[in-house]
Amino acid sequence: MHSFGYRANALLTFAVTILAVMCAIASVSDNFNSPSPTSQVQVLNINWFRNKPDGDDELSMTMNISADLQSLFTWNTKQIFVFLAAEYETPQNSLNQVSLWDGIIPAKEHARFYIHTTNKYRFVDQGSNLRERDFNMTLHWHVMPKTGKMFADKIVMTDMIFGAW
Amino acid sequence: MGWIGEQIDSVKSMQFRQLLTQAVSLGMIVTSALIIWKGLMCITGSESPVVVVLSGSMEPGFKRGDILFLHMSKEPIRAGEIVVFNVDGREIPIVHRVIKVHEREGSGEVDVLTKGDNNFGDDRLLYAEGQMWLQRHHIMGRAVGFLPYVGWVTIIMTEQPIIKYILIGALGLLVITSKE
Repeated sequence: MHSFGYRANALLTFAVTILAVMCAIASVSDNFNSPSPTSQVQVLNINWFRNKPDGDDELSMTMNISADLQSLFTWNTKQIFVFLAAEYETPQNSLNQVSLWDGIIPAKEHARFYIHTTNKYRFVDQGSNLRERDFNMTLHWHVMPKTGKMFADKIVMTDMIFGAW
Repeated sequence: MGWIGEQIDSVKSMQFRQLLTQAVSLGMIVTSALIIWKGLMCITGSESPVVVVLSGSMEPGFKRGDILFLHMSKEPIRAGEIVVFNVDGREIPIVHRVIKVHEREGSGEVDVLTKGDNNFGDDRLLYAEGQMWLQRHHIMGRAVGFLPYVGWVTIIMTEQPIIKYILIGALGLLVITSKE
């Protein structure tokens, strides 16, 4: 009844249970954080625009991105994945989301940033609809925890219009 | 003589009952594991509710050996979500992030492009030849929860099958020899 094996088993079970409960509590504690992130994006220049041979529009632009995501960090945050997406509507597609830039923020100290960049990923439309298109710049973030539930949210920046060029 | 015969019968029946109890408890363990797995499948709506990360393509977010909990709802797929998808002609599902979404007007069909956070380029090289986009039916679920390290058990057991057999043998022996 109280053999070595029995005690080792009981100890292991108890340890694993406690660990699981602590993980669950750490994950639940994330819900008490009410973050207030801010962000600003400026499109400085359309570098070039072209209609690819297959008929799709593509463009390149230069942007200023600044954001303060420090309030998103809690003790259970491993990293934050942040990306900027252009979101727009076209006659064929009710929603287009194209990621233009992304980054990984490993710690709270780096969560307030400013970056001057061209689009990191190609901005290609499905079809030829980018000219004079109304679109939103949206900063999305994805909080990756040390353990437990993942969180995601976004800030939608004001409407912008690609001018005639 | 009658008394001895009675004793032998009693011992025989004892062993039979004990054997039966052990068989039943073993069956209970196996079936409850099956019930939990199938129940999770029902709740999450995903054909594999828990997956183990096998590659480092999502580092430093997900490392090899981490466990992801999947959920598959009717909600549309959006950029930034981490999805698990199957590519035609590949057996092992891939866990990567959605970077582009084009959702058709009316039908709501989606074209999705993915990329691993730690990879340099997007996933078009991983897709089947000539495939430009993932559709809804390729996607098995989206990751909603995360548990570090636990998946190493599975990785070790698949890569060193001998450990798996030793473990199963030892557990089986324990169940059979244990007394209440």
